[in-house]
Amino acid sequence: MSIVLAGVAKSHGPVRALSDIDVTIERNTLVALLGPSGCGKSTLLRIIAGFDHADAGLIRIDGSDVSNVPARKRGIGFVAQHYALFPHMTVAQNVGFALDVRGTQREQTARRVAELLALVRLDGYGARLPRELSGGQRQRVALARALAAEPSILLLDEPFAALDLHVRRELRAWLRELHERTHVTTILVTHDADEAMELADRIVLLEDGRIVQTGTPSELYAAPQTPFAMRFFGNANLLQGADHLAVYVRPHEFVVDDRPFAGSLPGVVRRVAALGWRVALDVYTDDGQTVNAEISDVEAQRLEPRPGSRIFLSPRHAHSFAAAS
Amino acid sequence: MTATGTRRPGFGRGAAAIGLAGLLLIVFILAPVAQIVYEAGRSGIGPLLATFADRESQAAIWLTIVAAAIAVAFNAAFGLIAAWTLTKYRFPGKAALQALIDLPLTVSPVVAGLALLLTFGTRSPLGAWFAHHGVPIAFARPGIVIATIFVTFPYVARELIALMSDQGRELEEAAIALGASTWQAFRRVTFPSIRSAFVSGVLLCNARAMGEFGAVAVISGRIRGLTDTVSLQISNLYDDAQIVAAFTLAGTLAAIAIALTFARRLAAHR
Repeated sequence: MSIVLAGVAKSHGPVRALSDIDVTIERNTLVALLGPSGCGKSTLLRIIAGFDHADAGLIRIDGSDVSNVPARKRGIGFVAQHYALFPHMTVAQNVGFALDVRGTQREQTARRVAELLALVRLDGYGARLPRELSGGQRQRVALARALAAEPSILLLDEPFAALDLHVRRELRAWLRELHERTHVTTILVTHDADEAMELADRIVLLEDGRIVQTGTPSELYAAPQTPFAMRFFGNANLLQGADHLAVYVRPHEFVVDDRPFAGSLPGVVRRVAALGWRVALDVYTDDGQTVNAEISDVEAQRLEPRPGSRIFLSPRHAHSFAAAS
Repeated sequence: MTATGTRRPGFGRGAAAIGLAGLLLIVFILAPVAQIVYEAGRSGIGPLLATFADRESQAAIWLTIVAAAIAVAFNAAFGLIAAWTLTKYRFPGKAALQALIDLPLTVSPVVAGLALLLTFGTRSPLGAWFAHHGVPIAFARPGIVIATIFVTFPYVARELIALMSDQGRELEEAAIALGASTWQAFRRVTFPSIRSAFVSGVLLCNARAMGEFGAVAVISGRIRGLTDTVSLQISNLYDDAQIVAAFTLAGTLAAIAIALTFARRLAAHR
């Protein structure tokens, strides 16, 4: 189902949580609401779910205004950050809950539960209690439960935040695969730019309750429209630019050499960190700036940078923004 | 360092604290209870049974059971509703309501009894209205029920509020997103997660209801065989120097209290 938000605004007392939110989410896509904590992304998700009400604006699901439709009738599946599994129910009872409250016949529910447990690769876990599962397994139970009543929209609130790094990676790939298979329109809330880039078809970047930029992951990475967007997708050096321009350069976008070249900035290496296939250099330039540059391990073998080495660098590619006055 | 060579730091002080707590427990709790049982039983089974055969005592026991049952039922329902509204919703006046629930714990029961007497006494309009319609409250059984409800008001609510505010709304929201109605969310998700706290609160409320003296003493008018509860009857018997009968009833109350205490522990461990 497509989702349209028009002019959505929300305040918590005197605090503006969301202002002027206009977004269109196409059906069958996976969209990430991305931003730092406190940017309003979770509030926005809760408004779409129907747990919170917007002070202003419209929410349309598949063309019809749902502002007065209660959460239970919106046809959504919701996965909370800490999964909110019912602790006194078994995995099977949790997964079957949505069908149970609809009065579905027991055999039919059992069949659907088995199907869903297979989908999330937890066959045989039906009789366990949530507390007997690992974090990653609980996460998958929460997803299976949310999918049970065949929601038209799946809402995921920081679904991987509480998991170990390697479980998180595995589950991300699995979620993407699940989305390819089910094609349920999905909104994912995350503060992790990598996660958003890996999973989402489109990213909605939020800052202080406002949308900063919307686009595909590569659009946001390649053409950030503000310094905030620039910094949110990886490190960026702020260099002294011409008047009223803020010039940002990503660490890997420097040409680095041990000899001066046309337009190069001379400096001294302060610190060298080998990060596997790339090597990070902290450089203190002669004009007094500290720059973080990254070179490949092959280049590092050629240049052999050490703390104290003379080095010359020049941005291969830079992003300029009109400086905020 | 080997495990056997280590000594837990502060163990000596810990042992002293445990010893002191044990001593206080014996002096202030176990000894008085044992004394009650001893006094009740030392003249043998005959006088003991005679106490239960006495009409005044029977009336007192019956009144206590009925008043406690009504108070517990009322406060269990009220406690659930209050805890649910206070922890799952935001509304103006919430803090005031929360403070109000605790009031019966801090107000002296005698003061509470007097306040109820002023509100429901025959000279107050409300009391007069009830009396006129055939339900006198002061110096009558309904007054005892109301006083008992008042004093035991906070027990279920408090126990649930503490737990439910920790739980937040996550589980209910999950249930509602899955299509449950508010009632289904309460019955299938909220209640099972608070069941043992609820049972514990109900048992505590019941123990307190059966033992109430001050508030009931004021509003009941202490009419023997009519408005005297077990607690009031014990005081009557003691004043009449009917020591065995007094201790028999006291022992009965104590036995119920002990049973309820252990039942609460059982509920908590489930």
